[in-house]
Amino acid sequence: MTIAVLRPGLLMSVQDRGRHGLQHVGLCPGGAMDVVSLTVANALVGNPEDAAAIEITVLGPDLHFERDTLVALAGADFEASIPCNRPVLVPAGTQVSITRALRGARAYLAVAGGIDVPPVLGSRSTFMPGRFGGLHGRVLKRGDRLPLVQDAERLSRERFAALKRKRGNAVPWSLPPPTVPDREPIVLHAIEGEHFAHFDATTQRAFFDTVWKIGAESNRMGFRLLGATLERASEEEVLSGPTTLGSVQVPANGTPIALMADHQTTGGYPRIAEIASADVPRLAQLGPNGTLHFARCGLDMAAELRRDLRSRLEPALRAIAWEYGK
Amino acid sequence: MARATRPQALIPLGDCAVYIEFSRTLDLEVNALVQRLARAVHARALPWLRDVVPALGGLALHFDPDHEALGGKPLESAVALVEECLKQGLPKEGGAARTIEVPVCYEPQYAADLDEVAKLTRVPAAEIGALHSAREHRVLMIGFAPGHAYMGGLDPKLAVPRRSSPRPVVAAGSVAIANEQTVIYPYAISGGWSIIGCTPLKVFDAERAEPSLFAPGDRVRFRPISRAEFERLAAA
Repeated sequence: MTIAVLRPGLLMSVQDRGRHGLQHVGLCPGGAMDVVSLTVANALVGNPEDAAAIEITVLGPDLHFERDTLVALAGADFEASIPCNRPVLVPAGTQVSITRALRGARAYLAVAGGIDVPPVLGSRSTFMPGRFGGLHGRVLKRGDRLPLVQDAERLSRERFAALKRKRGNAVPWSLPPPTVPDREPIVLHAIEGEHFAHFDATTQRAFFDTVWKIGAESNRMGFRLLGATLERASEEEVLSGPTTLGSVQVPANGTPIALMADHQTTGGYPRIAEIASADVPRLAQLGPNGTLHFARCGLDMAAELRRDLRSRLEPALRAIAWEYGK
Repeated sequence: MARATRPQALIPLGDCAVYIEFSRTLDLEVNALVQRLARAVHARALPWLRDVVPALGGLALHFDPDHEALGGKPLESAVALVEECLKQGLPKEGGAARTIEVPVCYEPQYAADLDEVAKLTRVPAAEIGALHSAREHRVLMIGFAPGHAYMGGLDPKLAVPRRSSPRPVVAAGSVAIANEQTVIYPYAISGGWSIIGCTPLKVFDAERAEPSLFAPGDRVRFRPISRAEFERLAAA
């Protein structure tokens, strides 16, 4: 049983929560850019949180479903032939068209049982730079057939039948993930980076005062931030060192880059800031030209932000479990 | 200069990782200590630790900051862990360190920058391979791309700066030098180091049980091979 790609979206790939424990050999965890929306999408179809889904970016695909399939499109609000952020039973032989993101940039299409590509190094995520994982290690294209688990149709029907409230092939409620922005610029909390002091006071202020715009050459590895040129005051050589998800590094041209899911694990550019981990999934919801600014934050505040995010996500997951009668 | 055998700085890498710095400059002995420390930390297999990444001058620990074992104090726990490993004594150098033999063809068709390196270093092009492979190299850090190892131990006679403009695409397996170090490109990517040869080995293969040919701390021996042997090994 498969889902056929009739028309691919802009940048569509299979992603799960990523592969961990290999950063010492230079492999970043990768996985979903907005892991919160992935979690909600999986919960909406009754999947465990580590199931693989389809990551859809800005422009969506046309997909053909062979059999009855329980799906959920969660994350950015997409103009689509199915309603967003809720379980939907797509009948056999149906085409689902997902057009464009109206708010936010990325959504996850989860299906009952998950996308059943073979795991590579413990994950089904596509790592495009290394050409492995997902479907043939690459972005999805026209004519691709995404494998589902063998009993996906039975799972789909059983799970949909278990839902308490239904209206036709969907439900009368929806659960938008808390990472999709209501307005821009969004505020991202940032901790001072290792090389913050390499920049003078004016440049440090500019970092926090500028409304940054996501540049067109942004991808799953990193977002280029346009709005100001950050010049280093210090000539001190920076020894190549570790980086992480959300590191903001400043290459010699002064245009900062925020490291995203498929980032390098080490780098030789000065790091001016590190984005609070709870805010990274919200950054993933900005498309090209999306805007943001940085608010200074410490480790206590970053911990507070993680607690906030959990306190919004956990009741939502409990509510979904309740709708499934669990 | 007194060598740093204890952490010199504790640098939060966001709220899910910390970099424990031993040296701000590259010191091969400090790096060797970092490699042994990384092995000791890794061996503890702590449930809150996600990644243990030895770097040139220190060790990065990536963790789950909300893991119950940390009691809300990840930085304190990370430091305590490192202090404890240092106090208990680190594993001996010899024990775990492997020696990896890497066949390299240094002939001009695989070494786009051979003439330029010859000009810069005044080492004749035909002798560069012999000089490069005469010494033992060490993996100081893996980063930039999966399996992309930064190796120290380059003969200072071959020291060249990074190229002023990086090549947009460097072939997989290219052996390149800069800053008294050697790297091997795992797949075709852009790169700014001077290419002096190529290996038929795959330095990273996600389908292998051990995807990376190199591990941090490995000793590396380069073995010069002919073009014919390169082609034979590449086809195998």
